[in-house]
Amino acid sequence: MLSGKGGTGKTLVSVNLAAAAEASTYLDCDVEEPNGYLFFKPENIQEEEVHIRIPKVDGKLCSGCRKCVDFCRFNALAFIKNQLMVFEDICHSCGGCILLCPEKALAEKEKIIGKVQKGASEEVTVYTGILNTGEPSGIPIIKKLLDENKHETEKITFIDCPPGSACIVMESIKGADYCVLVAEPTLFGVHNLDMVYELVRLFKKPFGVVLNKCLGLDGENPSEKFCLEKGIQILGRIPFDHELGKLNSNAEIAVRKSEGYRTIFSSLLETVKREVQHEAASNSKR
Amino acid sequence: MKQLLILSGKGGTGKTTIASAFIRLSKAEAYADCDVDAPNLHLITKLVSRPRTRDYYGLPKSEINTEWCTACDQCRQHCRFGAISTDGKYIVDPFACEGCGVCELVCPAGAVTLKPAVAGELMLYKGEGEVFSTAQLKMGSGTSGMLVTEVKKQMKAAAADAECAIIDGSPGIGCPVIASLSGVDMVLLVAEPSISGISDMERIINTAAKFGVKTAVCINKFDTNKQITKKIENFCTEQGLAYMGRIPFDPDAIKAINRGQIIVDMECASGTAVKSVYEKTMKLLFEEWDGQRS
Amino acid sequence: MKIAIPVDEKSLESNVCVSFGRAPCFLIYDTETKESVFLDNSAAANKGGAGIKAAQIIVDNEAGTLLTPRCGENAANVLKLAGIKIYKTRDISVKKNIDDLSSGRLSLLDEIHPGFHGRGGN
Repeated sequence: MLSGKGGTGKTLVSVNLAAAAEASTYLDCDVEEPNGYLFFKPENIQEEEVHIRIPKVDGKLCSGCRKCVDFCRFNALAFIKNQLMVFEDICHSCGGCILLCPEKALAEKEKIIGKVQKGASEEVTVYTGILNTGEPSGIPIIKKLLDENKHETEKITFIDCPPGSACIVMESIKGADYCVLVAEPTLFGVHNLDMVYELVRLFKKPFGVVLNKCLGLDGENPSEKFCLEKGIQILGRIPFDHELGKLNSNAEIAVRKSEGYRTIFSSLLETVKREVQHEAASNSKR
Repeated sequence: MKQLLILSGKGGTGKTTIASAFIRLSKAEAYADCDVDAPNLHLITKLVSRPRTRDYYGLPKSEINTEWCTACDQCRQHCRFGAISTDGKYIVDPFACEGCGVCELVCPAGAVTLKPAVAGELMLYKGEGEVFSTAQLKMGSGTSGMLVTEVKKQMKAAAADAECAIIDGSPGIGCPVIASLSGVDMVLLVAEPSISGISDMERIINTAAKFGVKTAVCINKFDTNKQITKKIENFCTEQGLAYMGRIPFDPDAIKAINRGQIIVDMECASGTAVKSVYEKTMKLLFEEWDGQRS
Repeated sequence: MKIAIPVDEKSLESNVCVSFGRAPCFLIYDTETKESVFLDNSAAANKGGAGIKAAQIIVDNEAGTLLTPRCGENAANVLKLAGIKIYKTRDISVKKNIDDLSSGRLSLLDEIHPGFHGRGGN
């Protein structure tokens, strides 16, 4: 599940599709601002920390040659008053300084950058990736999330991606079989949809669009027009209505609160499933 | 130059819509879009002149000269980012490469070099008495505080005498937000009444406080959840935050934007509410400020 | 004593640069000899950790005092370890700030802002 920007309803669609599928897995890869757990309120939470490897200095061995300081492209090292300083929140964990040190004064230690939580909400297995504030990259957490779930083949997995088209989004969709792009019915929405549209095409992923917040009959929808012009499959339309908006802003799962919404999302789910199967079939023929 | 930064925490709260209204109302001589991941302000400001553009370079990316490569596999084994792969020929995935230079360091054949890589584009529009600075990151580039800094620098340099500048900030709470905050006089936070919006809002307020920037709050689409609206208003009172008012959800606002209009150009409920928020905000922006929360 | 100041241009009449790590150059001013040396800041174009590298430059040039409008936490840690005092500049020229320092009109910088955390590039 992708969107060019936050606030399009990506989490709304992901959470409700996962809940409509009943037995399914939901992976929240928006590790900087995970919100899915607020909706699912998962129980029996198991937690695992995610580490990266960073350098540790042995001051007795360091000769002060500064080779590591000069090498580090991220400026995570400084040599002050005959002492080597490591800035852990800036280190990208490339390991270069350790390879380079002629005195073997640098060794590795593990540093926690965040965690992965696993819990259950009815029949949905909920995974949440959480990046600690100030950490440079959430990619190790996303790798861990995808790795945790890689043996799951029976149930559908819904991956709630970070917004945008940055490298962290690319990491999130690498293993996906199908991409759902969520778009708003505004001029801004089209521009943001175009960005993720380019991304899924670059990765050669099959995809379709869900139009969210659709206004009634007189509501023009520039995103819909974009899809028609480009020949993009429209998977479904979710109406704008105050009831759905209110359930969502209170972090409630609409599918579990009302039969009407269950019907809307179940039918969307069926469309998505059909598309995925269709893709799989045409792939095996190729 | 007094600089007003408009922030939202979560995306989709209507930050850009409100920023565009402020630009129109203040007849701003200088404005900027710091949402370099997904800029939208240019869609509605309608400056007709072509912008002056300039490439923005991010971290360099590694490149392997396949003629010199001896296929020793050292680079692939040492890359922590899984950016190097081989099917006989060694290649670098530019989206995974973080430009650390380890491959160059370990290559015994000198086949690896780090090459400068364009990570985005800066654009500067100049109109009749107005300057608009914006940028767009390339796909696959990480969030960039430095590009945000460049956007602001470019605006200031081109409009040094402007009395007031309106800056549409980046969403989220990460580094681009910190980069947008640096050097501004005031932050207007556009909150949306939802559970997931509250925690982000609190984090931004704390960050702004660390920078010693005065912070005010307004609530957009307040009628979509009046209970949470009340909660945010109480929070502002408790924290002594300046509260600028409520703006209703308004289908006319969406129609206006889709026609390329700005909400204060037409008679509509949201436009009227934004005008009142604007007046209060400007008054506060030009008030003397002693660096403390009132 | 040597004083370091981030500057926009290589002149005593220049403004103090609003950013420490990304200033185009630094002035190193010797209060005893009244000598001014301008250094290019090689950290300015760095995508991340510019403050740390800039602080390293200041330390390597043996300045004892830094005058700056603001400073990130990582750079502040480097400067603190090196025993460099940080004063907050006022919105006046470089030269006037130096005069204000000697007449005791500048106060120590007490707000250290959170850094950009190396999310500069890639």
